[in-house]
Amino acid sequence: MTPIALMGAFEIGLIFALVALGVLISFRLLNFPDLTADGSFPLGGAVAATLITGGHDPWFACAMAVLAGAASGWLTAWLNVRLNILQLLASILVMIGLYSINLRIMGAPNLPLIGSPTVFAPFIGEQFERAWLVQPAVLAVIIVLAKLGMDFFFASQAGLAMRATGANPRMARAQGIATDRMILVGMALSNALIAFAGALYVQTQGGADVSMGVGTIVVGLAAVIIGETLLPSRKLWVITLATVLGALLYRLLIALALNADFIGLKAQDLNLITAVLVGFALVLPKLKAKLFRKKGKKS
Amino acid sequence: MMEVRDLYKTFNPGTPIENLVLRGLSLTIESGQFITVIGSNGAGKSTFLNAISGDLQMDSGSIHIDGQDVTRLSAWQRAGMVARVFQDPMAGTCEGLSIEENMALAWQRGKKRGFGRAVKNEQRAIFREKLATLELGLENRLGDRMDLLSGGQRQAVSLLMASLQPSRLLLLDEHTAALDPKTAAFVLQLTDRIVKENNLTALMVTHSMRQALDHGHRTVMLHQGQVVLDVAGDERHTMEVGDLLAMFEKTRGEKIDDDALLLG
Repeated sequence: MTPIALMGAFEIGLIFALVALGVLISFRLLNFPDLTADGSFPLGGAVAATLITGGHDPWFACAMAVLAGAASGWLTAWLNVRLNILQLLASILVMIGLYSINLRIMGAPNLPLIGSPTVFAPFIGEQFERAWLVQPAVLAVIIVLAKLGMDFFFASQAGLAMRATGANPRMARAQGIATDRMILVGMALSNALIAFAGALYVQTQGGADVSMGVGTIVVGLAAVIIGETLLPSRKLWVITLATVLGALLYRLLIALALNADFIGLKAQDLNLITAVLVGFALVLPKLKAKLFRKKGKKS
Repeated sequence: MMEVRDLYKTFNPGTPIENLVLRGLSLTIESGQFITVIGSNGAGKSTFLNAISGDLQMDSGSIHIDGQDVTRLSAWQRAGMVARVFQDPMAGTCEGLSIEENMALAWQRGKKRGFGRAVKNEQRAIFREKLATLELGLENRLGDRMDLLSGGQRQAVSLLMASLQPSRLLLLDEHTAALDPKTAAFVLQLTDRIVKENNLTALMVTHSMRQALDHGHRTVMLHQGQVVLDVAGDERHTMEVGDLLAMFEKTRGEKIDDDALLLG
């Protein structure tokens, strides 16, 4: 694998780390199985790409993408807490609806960004040969800030209230926590992060495509699961760190699998590799426990 | 002071499993009074408690706490007035969070929650001091996950949590029912102490007549969604379980056949 391919895997890993942090909030902290990601990730991409091609500042485009993502997460939560639609179903409805909305926003199935300014452009300069190093560096700064921001929030009174909402809603209400509001805000936060990832993704990939969201949730969940398997902890700052590392490791494994010629895997096998990797990460804790027990018996 | 007037609640109205649980329940609790509530299965004890806490909205009737009408307020809106310990030791705490995080949640009960750190050192010191009074060694385990604690330890911590902030009313929902007799006795003793120290107005639901007579100032018996007996003062002081049963049979003209109520 060339250094450039490696940095490419690192770059996509960093973007999906943002998705994974969002998934961590919905699936793990709020205990809300949310598939909105498959719609909110391309939503962020569509909003950003449309605004950038319309001549707006890339950072402004990102901010609007974040707001759009937050709105989609809010809507999913609203369908659940106000209309009592099952969590999974509510998120599927929003995800499906967003497909049409994304097409409307872009006005076409795809929108190229070749030659358009991006958030990375000021750091790259005239020649593009530094892009493969600069883009991951800028992304790394963003991810670190997002991780630290999450650590700060979830250690605060409001953040703890949100975690209690996911862990034991009845107890949370008995402590005076407006659990419905917490779910609305938490889901908005989760999908804002995912839409932000989508906005950054289109700027590294040179364009938005309406089908770019397929499988986003699986990748995010894979990162969360790999992270908590490799670095099990109950401390929140370790959990967010594990999630980021999980996303990086996941993309690295994918890149390795696709680049190893002797296995014979091609780009179209990506989803199969994902399924196998996630399956493996899910059984790993049990496997580890089994091995450990056997060793214990011997000694 | 809490005033409950004419509460009615029917579950599954208009269906074959329609169940009239509360049928005009009224009760007044003076400030500083510790009241015990007994009743057989299906008497409406849990529904009554959930009505006061706000977990259940009533079909009709009213609930006032210190003159304020809270009938239509939801559970989280009442939390500043009503503290609660649940029957299930798992229900009152977050098992995935640490002891100090659980206590921090209770520290802000009914208050606004901002972006300040949830567990500050000064609070940690208070938590440690409070936990030390339990004499369970929990003061050295602030960072431990709640699910590492036994049922009795959890109920003890729940009681502490309920007393971290002042409340107009403390609800105890058969909070010793899931514990072994020795642990139950410890938690009850702790309950008496905490109620007394903080001069709390408390309502304890129990399945045991013995417990109901031994604790608090006043005992109320629920039957078919109404208050059928209400004893306090000297009369209650000299009362035995048998007397309570006889009194019930006299007023209702029927016998109690709930073993748990008699044997507990």
